[in-house]
Amino acid sequence: MTATAQSAARKPQGPMTNALTTGQLPRFIEFYVLAGALVISAGALALMGFNWGGWIFVSIIVYLIGLASLSTVAENRRKAVDRVVRSLVTIAFLLAIAPLISTLYTVTAKGIGQLNWAFISQTGGAVFDPTTLKVAVTSGALQAIVGTLEITGIATLMSIPIGLLTSIYLVEYAQPQQWMARTVTFLVDVMTGIPSIVAGLFAFSLATLIVGPKAFSGFSASVALSVLMIPIIVRACEEMLRLVPHDLREASFALGVSRFSTIVKIVLPTAIAGIITGIMLAIARVIGETAPIFIAASFTDNLNFNPFFGPQQTLPVLAYAGFKFPGQDIAASNASAWGAALLLVLIVVILNIIARIIARIFAPKIAR
Amino acid sequence: MSNTEAVPSLPSAAASPAPRSPSKGAGPARVKSRPADRIFFGLSFGSAVSIMVILAGVALFLIVQAVPAIAANWATNPDLNTGPTGGYANFWAYVGPLIWGTLWVSAIALLIGAPVAIGIALFISHYAPRRIAGVLGYLVDLLAAVPSIVFGLWGIIVIRPLLLPLTQWLNQNLGWIPLFGGQASTTGSTILAGAVVLAVMILPIISSISREIFLQTPRLHEEAALALGATKWEMITLAVFPYARSGVVSATLLGLGRALGETMAIALIISPSIEVSTRILTEGQNSQTIAANIALNFPIANALQREALIGTGLMLFVISLAVNMIARYIVSRTGASAGSRKSSRKRRAVRASVSAASSSSAGGHA
Repeated sequence: MTATAQSAARKPQGPMTNALTTGQLPRFIEFYVLAGALVISAGALALMGFNWGGWIFVSIIVYLIGLASLSTVAENRRKAVDRVVRSLVTIAFLLAIAPLISTLYTVTAKGIGQLNWAFISQTGGAVFDPTTLKVAVTSGALQAIVGTLEITGIATLMSIPIGLLTSIYLVEYAQPQQWMARTVTFLVDVMTGIPSIVAGLFAFSLATLIVGPKAFSGFSASVALSVLMIPIIVRACEEMLRLVPHDLREASFALGVSRFSTIVKIVLPTAIAGIITGIMLAIARVIGETAPIFIAASFTDNLNFNPFFGPQQTLPVLAYAGFKFPGQDIAASNASAWGAALLLVLIVVILNIIARIIARIFAPKIAR
Repeated sequence: MSNTEAVPSLPSAAASPAPRSPSKGAGPARVKSRPADRIFFGLSFGSAVSIMVILAGVALFLIVQAVPAIAANWATNPDLNTGPTGGYANFWAYVGPLIWGTLWVSAIALLIGAPVAIGIALFISHYAPRRIAGVLGYLVDLLAAVPSIVFGLWGIIVIRPLLLPLTQWLNQNLGWIPLFGGQASTTGSTILAGAVVLAVMILPIISSISREIFLQTPRLHEEAALALGATKWEMITLAVFPYARSGVVSATLLGLGRALGETMAIALIISPSIEVSTRILTEGQNSQTIAANIALNFPIANALQREALIGTGLMLFVISLAVNMIARYIVSRTGASAGSRKSSRKRRAVRASVSAASSSSAGGHA
């Protein structure tokens, strides 16, 4: 295009700059309307009595109505709908972030005062002193930490072989259309949907039939957790194994390497980072389970190292019991519940971070 | 099995032993590996079978334990006509209101949670700036990593007082609607509060699956709609929703499946009684869910009452199994009926994102 043609084309643009923008609201109109809505509703609520929830709620209503009417007048109905939906969708997202922040803040604020060395290193519980006739409540989570580690550890040890080998069967051995593969895939899908409390009842029933009534033990809780953990591990490993390029397997077979050696020496090392990440996330997922553990292992304030006999406590159960079945000093029970909850959240966060780090460090290996 | 046979039968070392280098030891290694191969196949096949065994075992042990309580006459049995199970003619009279309560609370949670979750999915897939969409999606998925007991405690401390003004306002002004009727709660231990917390807990599962489906919408459909002058919202109703409908429905059902089995939030927040009630603002007259009822009564129940509770757990198992199967069926049916590559890709997306949602989550439902 020549300069003259360009200038000729541009010439009428000067006075007609808003040809494209007539009938449109200004660019950041949403923010102006929002600010207006916040002021108006704050003013209105100041007359009736101010509270935060009400302010935000009324502001949103005022904002949506204001935006819709402005846009309908200045633009048209279709654009108004579009703008309102855009706002609603953004609000929906903020609605999801608010509980996340609020939860983490609440747990941290309530639990941070509890979290000290004594809480981690001593057994909690109420001790009745017969001389003073007073109940001395010590706040501690050692019994719950021991229980959490043992129960989750045993569940992990049971779940990894079954989960990993099942995923190996599904990816390396079974044909996709095979009856067996389809059934197992479907059952794994179904298994992810088992309510955790049902897993707890299953473990309790199993223990009752084998040992007899009052068969609470940490091992039984591990069985319950395994039921929840196996499908997660199968899924995670299956996905990771499917990411391993077929070329690698074929190259290995072409060299005359057996299927077993190919899987163990080629496929698994390639996928190992993803598999470990998946297992970490599975642990993080079941470590927070409450219902199956207190069904299968009951709860106790006693320090019990033996997972095969007697009730055991875990951190989530300690948090639950502290609120639902508090001791005589309700405030102390609640406080230790928050301490346990914070400790639990910290463990979950650490597990998640480790999983992400492993995934990131070894990621190129999978992509290759 | 045929594959395992195929590899060792490749003609190489056995046919020409002379050039085999002893350092590599290909021949002996293969001879040794054959039993290992078979054992390994047996192990992995056995693990796959054990999945079936475990699932069958769950059903079987629950049934075995539940049968005595289901068969017993509750009015005359001394173990059952007292305590938490007292006052019921039989098992079905006991479990009926609980099933109602489970469905009722989950339905309200879904009513609150599903639209928000779909909104979130839309925001992340179509509205958020591309560069930060991934981070925002991860943030929402983090919601699934919070253990449910923590959500329960949070519900007690934050949500109950937060909803109190709303509870009173609804009760005073809209109390003539049965939903909001009755004596309004003064502590906030209402179905509404429980359902709100439950809704928060099912947000990540519904939104992560829906998001994946929305992102799969063919780009050309979207661009065609936009080229015809559609606004963004019209483009979404014209191109995205029709494509994603089945996926979103099954995502919602999977969210429902999770809500049905949720225990801790309900047990901690709602102040229940076992009855068929549609009121959501009352206290002590709320419908109770199966899972929370088990959690509350299991520690104080005697042997036969425990078996009754296991019976209710069996019902929960059946219901959530049915919901999950329907969800999977909807996904697989859309794949089968359309029969196209697109649909199977969609199905895979659902599977993958379900597993992502459940594996990136910690303590999703307890």
